Order: sequence, then C-alpha cells, then structure tokens
Amino acid sequence: MRIALNNRRDFLKTAATGAVLLGAQGKLGFAGMLDEQTAAAKSKVVVARDAQLHGTDGQLNEKRVLDLLDRAITSYTGHDHPVTAWKHIVPMGKVIGLKVNCAGGKGISTHLALTLAICERLQQAGVKPGNILVWDQANEALESGGYTIRTDPSRIRCYGSDVSGYEDQIETSGMVRVRLSKILTRECEMVMNLPILKDHGCAGLTFAMKNMYGVIKMEDVGPMHVGNCNPAIADLHCIPAIRDKVRFVLGDAISALYEGGPLFRPEHMWHPNALIVGQDRVAVDQTAWSILERKRAEVGLPTLEATGRKPHYLATAADAAHQLGVNDPQRISLMEI
Amino acid sequence: MLAVAAIAVVLVAASAGCKKAKVDPFPASGAVSGWQKTSETRVFAANDLWQYVDGDAEQYISAGVVTTSTSDYKYQGALEAVVDVHTMKDAAGARKILETGLTKDAKTVQLGDECVQYAQSVIFRKGPYLVRIVAYESTPDAPQALLALAQAVGAKL
Repeated sequence: MRIALNNRRDFLKTAATGAVLLGAQGKLGFAGMLDEQTAAAKSKVVVARDAQLHGTDGQLNEKRVLDLLDRAITSYTGHDHPVTAWKHIVPMGKVIGLKVNCAGGKGISTHLALTLAICERLQQAGVKPGNILVWDQANEALESGGYTIRTDPSRIRCYGSDVSGYEDQIETSGMVRVRLSKILTRECEMVMNLPILKDHGCAGLTFAMKNMYGVIKMEDVGPMHVGNCNPAIADLHCIPAIRDKVRFVLGDAISALYEGGPLFRPEHMWHPNALIVGQDRVAVDQTAWSILERKRAEVGLPTLEATGRKPHYLATAADAAHQLGVNDPQRISLMEI
Repeated sequence: MLAVAAIAVVLVAASAGCKKAKVDPFPASGAVSGWQKTSETRVFAANDLWQYVDGDAEQYISAGVVTTSTSDYKYQGALEAVVDVHTMKDAAGARKILETGLTKDAKTVQLGDECVQYAQSVIFRKGPYLVRIVAYESTPDAPQALLALAQAVGAKL
C-alpha cells in the first residue's frame, strides 16, 4: 500500500487501519545483522543524500523523503528491495518504538515526513500499526514538533513518556542515576533511534547518543549536563535497556543546526538533505560530528573544540570501559550515496 | 501553624519552575498590527531554565541570567513566532549572549542598545534585557513583522 504523504493526519488514520500485513514472522533478522557487524573490522555507516529534498523555495519535498529512506536502507542492508530490508531489521510481532527528538520544538524536530515514511515501510514489512509507537519525552514536545497524540492501541500510537510514566527504580551506571520511561522498559521490544542533527550548547553535538536523554525522567536530566555531558551520555548508554533495545539509528539530517542549539535558531539552520544510518551509535555520531564541523568551517565558525564544546563523550563511549562503538574514522566504513 | 504554612507557600513558590512575571514586556493581542499573543507568558528562574532551554541553559546562567520569560505569537493568523525575554544581572550579560554566534549575514538594526536581524529572527539588547524573537517560517513579510513586534517589546522594557 502506497500512501501519499501530503496529508499527515490522514496518513496516520489510513496507516492504522489499512496496512498490508505481509506476514513475515519470527526471525529477528536484526540480531543477525548485529552479529555480522560485530565480526566485521569496521562499523558501517550510510549517509544518503538528495540535493533536491528541499526545493528552491526552501520547502521540504516530502514525497522525496520516502525515496531517500529507501535508498538509505537498501544501501545499508544490501537488500535490493526496501520492504525486504526492513524485514531484516525489525522483529515481527513486537512493539517497535520510534524515538524521535522534539526537544527543540517547532522547526527543529525529527521530521514528521521521515517518521511517517518509516511507519509506512514498517507496515509493508509486516509490522502491525498497533506495534508501532512513536514517542518522546512529553506530549507537549511531540505536538510542538507537529505530531498528533494518539493512544489507541489498534493504531499507530504517538505519545510522550509523561503518558506512560517512569519506573520508580533508579538505574545506575557510572555517574548516572536515572529513572527510565516505561515506554522503553515495558512497551518496546526494539527502539529505532530517530534523532535530528543539532549543535548543542553543552554537549557540542546532539544526535544519536544524546537523544537518549529523552528517555529519562525530566528531573534526572539536569545533573547529566555536567562536564559537557561527559561521561554521562556514555554511562547512560551502558544501561542494559538502552544498550540492548536501542539498536538502530536512522538519523535525520534533512535539516540541521550548526550553531546555537539545541533550540530552533533559524539563522543557524541548514539543509544537509541527508539521512545517516547505522547500528553503531558512536560511529553514527562521529560521522554526524564531522558533517557539523564541515558546515561550521564553511561559515567561518570555530571548531567545537575551540569553543570548549568538543563532544568528548564519543571517545568515552568508545573506550574500553564502555565499548559502545567506534569513534575512530579509520574504523568506520562510510558509504556516501 | 500559620507561620509554617506561610513558609511552605513561599518555598513552593520559590521552587516552582514557572513564576509570575514582575514586568510584562509582551505586547497584548492587537497592540502591534497583525500580531496576536497566542499563549500565556511563562517565566523561568535561572535554576529552572533547563526546563525551557535544556542543553543551552548553562550559557545563559554563566552570563548572569535572572529570569527568562517567553510567549508565543502569531502574525495574521499564520506566521508563528516565539518571543523570549532574558533578564540578565547587567548589560554585560546581555551583550555576551547577543555576541555569541553572530554570523556575517546578521543585519544591524537601530533598536535598543544593539540589535541584529536575520530573515526569521530579531535579537536585541536593552540594558540588562536580551530579547530574541524567532519566526518558524520564512515569509516575505516576516522581517518587517518581526521588527515591528521587537520594537513594541523594546518600548515596554
């Protein structure tokens, strides 16, 4: 079923009731992919671009987003057909969470068009609408990002952790003491990480790894900004629920913020017109960082390091104590398409 | 007992993320041609600023922010914008924030002590106040409309 993306609300309604269920069951192809990646010498990251994604008027051509997504996923998996590729990424019969980032509010949130395109492909791959849960920290943030709150379990759901609540149990990991969203701990079998690329006033870069600040209770977030979020971000990802469930990054670099983040600063926005895809969260962020630095250099801004905001947490995440991925560009197999 | 209750009320008020604004720099609906104020004003103390600008609060705190007030606006029923008024300890703090991240395409405008304008935003300082007005879309009439709103805010500070 191909659904036009020009009417977002209608899409959610249609997708929820009319999905083609292809019946792929059982096999957790993703686990196999993980094993392959672990065995490989390098971490694979795909950067897929479409220079025409934004028109000359600066408006996003939403119909091209699905095509870009397809190119990214087929290139990453090596499968010719996107639906086949998705079947190898997600487990069937389980709830798949799509963790978007709407913390920056209107103007700099994970693009709804991208999220809808993923929902479409997931359903075509056999994921039931009720097993797709789009979420972020709070309903208010989601709504400000253009998302419609939906809690009907038979349809694609979309709501914040303020609806589900948080665990009472405090998770500890290194310096981190946090309570996790029940959406992560109880509802989702697997979470796809859908961050949006932004400069960050404290961490330097917010993308795949920093996006997980949105899965913890708001009151616990404050102390995690100490020391440019290092080692807090790396420690956070060592919590099993995050390390094990958040297994795939489909990063939104359709629009991005090279300075002044994480809130919307239109004077510092640009359109990389790209998706950054990978399983290695550290490698994905390392790649995103290099894209951000190139843009900063292009507009004459100093490096993040020169501004005292180098994302040290990437090296921490890659160190022997954390082993969350690789940050050495020589060990990243970068495919730019 | 009453004294205890009074102290409790004070403590609750002091710890709340949102406080009532002492000064209202936000133009009412219709006060500036075409502009409607579309939300209540929210006020954040420095310690609570992370609730509004999580990840960017440190910059403001280090520059001496006292409170941040914010409200949403809409121009001619279509163009959405947000007005942030940061009250700093002194003018130096406002200058520090304004000068951070200035880019070459910033257009200098006569407003307050210093003002710059971009296609979708106006940022100015006046005494200890740092005001940032951001539109969520780029439209042909946005720069002029934003500037008119900024001038109205500046007049109330």
